[in-house]
Amino acid sequence: MTRGGDAVGTALEEAHRAQWPVLVATTVRVLRDLDAAEECVQDAFASALRAWRTDGVPANPAAWLTTATRNRATDRLRRLATERRALPALVGEAERLTRDGLPSSPAGEATDEGEDLLRLVLLCTHPALSPEARLALTLRAVCGVPTAQVARVMLTSEPTTAARLTRAKKKIAAAGIPLRLPGPADRHERVAGALDVVHLVVTCAHESPGADDGLAARALLLARALVRLAPEETEARGLLALAVLTGARDAARRSPDGSVVLLADQDRSRWDRAAVAEGLALVQRLMPHPAGRFTLQAAIAAEHARAPDAARTDWPQVLRLYDALLAEWPTPVVALNRAVAVAEVDGPLAGLRAIEAVAADPALARYPWLPAARADLRRRSGDRSGALADYRHALVLAADPADRAFLQGRLRELAG
Amino acid sequence: MPQYLFLLYDDESRWAAPTDEEIAAEMARHGAFAEAVAAAEGAQILGGEALQSTQTASTLRRDAADAEPLLTDGPFAETKEALGGYYLVEARDLDQALELAKVCPVSQGGVEVRPIWKIG
Repeated sequence: MTRGGDAVGTALEEAHRAQWPVLVATTVRVLRDLDAAEECVQDAFASALRAWRTDGVPANPAAWLTTATRNRATDRLRRLATERRALPALVGEAERLTRDGLPSSPAGEATDEGEDLLRLVLLCTHPALSPEARLALTLRAVCGVPTAQVARVMLTSEPTTAARLTRAKKKIAAAGIPLRLPGPADRHERVAGALDVVHLVVTCAHESPGADDGLAARALLLARALVRLAPEETEARGLLALAVLTGARDAARRSPDGSVVLLADQDRSRWDRAAVAEGLALVQRLMPHPAGRFTLQAAIAAEHARAPDAARTDWPQVLRLYDALLAEWPTPVVALNRAVAVAEVDGPLAGLRAIEAVAADPALARYPWLPAARADLRRRSGDRSGALADYRHALVLAADPADRAFLQGRLRELAG
Repeated sequence: MPQYLFLLYDDESRWAAPTDEEIAAEMARHGAFAEAVAAAEGAQILGGEALQSTQTASTLRRDAADAEPLLTDGPFAETKEALGGYYLVEARDLDQALELAKVCPVSQGGVEVRPIWKIG
């Protein structure tokens, strides 16, 4: 037993990250209601805060929270049964819950926590929900992120996010989106869809101005869980490697004044060595034939992680990987990143030509990193006024304060 | 068991003057859909009809529950793909319903799957 406010706070935070997904997943199976399940788990954490402050952190916080959640789920089932004034099935379910604990399945099917979690993830990432709803629901219900932070991370207002979550849950209930593992014919496609959403969670955790350290840890836990839950999916391991290698650079991603530091300028001694080693080992197992967008992105991240500095990066290999990635996942942002690799291999003028080929894409019209990348290549090719104009254009488009601070810094250097 | 209305939207100009072959081919596709539903565990077709063209539709509009309705010629919404028919399908859940909607015959349009709201 540990006492003291700080220890309680730390233990609670850690338990929230680690236990929230599984607690919601098992509770939703019993209650068949995502909102109700979230509430039970939320209540359990609220009571943990009170009880642990008084009695100290229990030896097994996970077991404590499971019991507290189960008690609330049981109460809820009893109350429902009374309200509906019949339904012996519900009463029976409540009794079974009291007797056997949470992991008893109402349908009597064999189950475990992992399967519960996969069912929850696949429910929240169901293709019948809008892409925004999938991300919001995964952040809220699976990762346990409060609605206000979901809104910040997704760059929307809290009422919009709350309405989006309500709409999604209503559709799940009204349209009968099942909490069930898909059959073998659909499994690959559904897991791939879930990986897309988890990738967005990872991206938000590292790039969104609304994110904090906790979100990165939650995203990483989720990526790890998917490797465990879908061991047959190479891309799940690719995504985990990508998440690990992206996370390894977190400490070097911002300068002391809070502005973005580009990969080329990062102090690589501040990269998390252990994470780099883990990421490289994961990528190693996916080589020599990386395929799939996450695996290829992880392989690119691994090339950067391996290099002692930007100049000594194996750029020809990075470019080959970008060529493969562009064939697999032809998006304008990938094409832009590939153009930067072209500049490293064949010089800034070749890079500028590659950028021109994607610059007209309307999807990049408001993307500040297009003019920012072009500005850098123009500067390196000696076109100072062109570079200044591009940085100013980028500054007009950039909204994130960290991005703006970086661009202002570049403008000052160039003008001074 | 949840029930779903499959709303079949299609380019109705196809059916302005169909040949016998076109009609036979369309009937065969609906036959195949019916077989797919029959083969799906727990699913069944509860009803379904084809609709006459939107040119034959009449719409009564009102802007309040107690307002006098205004009768107009034509469908409620003018769209390129028009509602041409429906099925009422009982299915285990949305996944099964969507699986069946994939084989529901539509040429140039789509199938909207709407869960039935069970009142009371």
